[in-house]
Amino acid sequence: MTETVVDFPKNFKKALGDGQLRHNLRAAMDTLGMRRRTLFSDLDVFEKLRERGDAIRQRALRQLPELLERLEQKCTENGMQVHWAETPAEANAICLEIIQKHNATRVIKGKSMVSEEMHLNHFLDERGIEALETDLGEYIIQLDHETPSHIIVPAIHKNRDQIAQLFHDKIPNTPYTEVVEELNAIARQVLREKFFAGEVGVSGVNFAVAETGTLCLVENEGNGRMCTTAPPVHIAIMGIEKVLERLEDVPPLLRLLTGSATGQLITTYFNMISSPRKPGEKDGPKEVHLVLLDNGRSKIWADPELRHTLKCIRCGTCLNHCPVYTRLGGHAYGYVYPGPIGSILTPQIEGLKNAGAMATASTFCGACEEVCPVKIPITDILRRLRTESYDQDETPNSVKDHGHKLNATESLTWKGWAFSNATPWFNALNAKLLGLAGPLLPKLPAVGIVKKWSQSRALPTFAAKSLHVLAKEKGIRDE
Amino acid sequence: MPTRPEKVYFFGTCLIDLCFPQAGMAGMELLQREGIQVVYPQKQSCCGQPAYNSGFPDEARTVARQQIKAFAKDYPIIIPSGSCGGMLRHHYPKLFADQPEAAEAQRFASRVFELNEFLVTVLDLKLEDRGQPIKVTWHSSCSALREMKVIDHAKSLLRQLKNVELIELQRERECCGFGGSFSVKQADISSAMVVDKVADIEQTGAAVVLSGDYGCLMHIGGALKHRNSPIPAKHVAEFLLERTQ
Repeated sequence: MTETVVDFPKNFKKALGDGQLRHNLRAAMDTLGMRRRTLFSDLDVFEKLRERGDAIRQRALRQLPELLERLEQKCTENGMQVHWAETPAEANAICLEIIQKHNATRVIKGKSMVSEEMHLNHFLDERGIEALETDLGEYIIQLDHETPSHIIVPAIHKNRDQIAQLFHDKIPNTPYTEVVEELNAIARQVLREKFFAGEVGVSGVNFAVAETGTLCLVENEGNGRMCTTAPPVHIAIMGIEKVLERLEDVPPLLRLLTGSATGQLITTYFNMISSPRKPGEKDGPKEVHLVLLDNGRSKIWADPELRHTLKCIRCGTCLNHCPVYTRLGGHAYGYVYPGPIGSILTPQIEGLKNAGAMATASTFCGACEEVCPVKIPITDILRRLRTESYDQDETPNSVKDHGHKLNATESLTWKGWAFSNATPWFNALNAKLLGLAGPLLPKLPAVGIVKKWSQSRALPTFAAKSLHVLAKEKGIRDE
Repeated sequence: MPTRPEKVYFFGTCLIDLCFPQAGMAGMELLQREGIQVVYPQKQSCCGQPAYNSGFPDEARTVARQQIKAFAKDYPIIIPSGSCGGMLRHHYPKLFADQPEAAEAQRFASRVFELNEFLVTVLDLKLEDRGQPIKVTWHSSCSALREMKVIDHAKSLLRQLKNVELIELQRERECCGFGGSFSVKQADISSAMVVDKVADIEQTGAAVVLSGDYGCLMHIGGALKHRNSPIPAKHVAEFLLERTQ
């Protein structure tokens, strides 16, 4: 995939300086977090449920190759057509071929993060095919030529007033209104006509059941159902990790997904797609295609620790609870998947050189892990990515661009630090010298890390006598 | 309740050792006052977390080995920090998982207690407040909250003090933005976080902010000082000792 190099420091500064964005995000994340807490109010019950979710996802991933083959076989038996894509470019080409085979130029889309990975809309647009987003949030950002800033609520960075202005500016003959119901009605009116005119429907997949060849789609607006039933052709796109072994695996994960994402017990719509229109049936698409995209997932899967990344069910709750995401929003991360899950997934797909900085944008506070419905060890994986950034040893599972950050200054600094802290006499001398220098510290010229610290915090001083010295003076035993 | 030991080790942590030794002395005095013999190994230094979290596990192991050596006897290890405590208890076993010291690291980890946790769950500490009425607020470090799970212990000690009114933060569970090297590597994000934290502290009307971790206290205290706030940031061990002397 071709990506321009992301300027993280510039993006972060810009986002932090955007008061409106900070305000919108904070309000929205508070609401989502509160709804989730209300639904999962009993922590013991939640813990049991997520242990089950974790076990289901681990069992599925353990058998991933077999389950994918079974899924292909079952889907084919059910009358669907299954396609495999190793790269986003291959997946785009498959979609294009299907669309062109039907001489279609109007595609309607349900929400799909994998299609964002592929930059499908842009790809189709360049080939004269209109791909219209029909999820309200996606529709809003598409009008403004933006990408999703959140994986569940893509327009969450915008508030009502901004959307009102956008509709007024971009949709012909639309009077300005800030009334939510009226804004909804405007979008509905536009989209309704597009649903009728759509020649191919594209959707994502939340879970695919290998046992039965069933594609599950979770949504709230009914646009997903429209996209998957109204046009004569339906293309479902999914990452290969989304497969589940059995139908009975779906209910606990569905509960975890909707509860974690929006605090809903169940979404308004839950679609289970198992075949194209059968003889004698009056509706449904005549063709259903399933495109399975790898895009680096097999490589992640091969490593037992990194594999946990693939347990993700894309609920987005780690974003909602992340103190860094809450202050930056999704666009500052520069890639499709932002927040904690993005910070572990993206560097593994895009490589550490381009995206490794995402792994440094964390305090390891653990708020994401506390709420993750499938218990992904996010901080351990972030730490692994930081380590790999300096580690030049090549192993079969090394992350792309491992060792790229290795430099003499940092290596020597840590070697010196380790020597000092593992050598008691040297450490004591060090403490003494620092104690002598302590009072001078605030007078240091503000450069480097001192400058960075001082931008918002007064510098600490070294104590004249360290705890080692005080303990000895007080006669505290040393054994 | 675990049995009350005669002797304990005290792990001062490098930050307290070098910058805030009064908190370490207060922690040891609280233990000694309860009749516990405190041993402070002079060969101790840092838990190794800075290197571990920055991508240098080999260097972290070098330093961790020194601690395992310095705290070799079978005494409980008391540590006035949730963050360093989490490193010793939860991360040493991972750091040494495929090393010859794996079993030793496990045993070492099982002896670790965060200070407040030890005072409450092992010593069942009873406190009598001798201070003037005061309003305080509490900052939960993320590691004390989520890794060590010791916040209730610390607060239960504060609540024993009859003249101390604990006013909780609106966003107590949110990180202050310290995160070790994060505070300088991502200084802009870190600053945005601590500015919010300080505003939350100020709105409580408390005279002092307390915590069990000097990493956060250095960060929050530095931010308070930076904006000339009169509110000090203080380790809970110092506060408990002051109130009961």
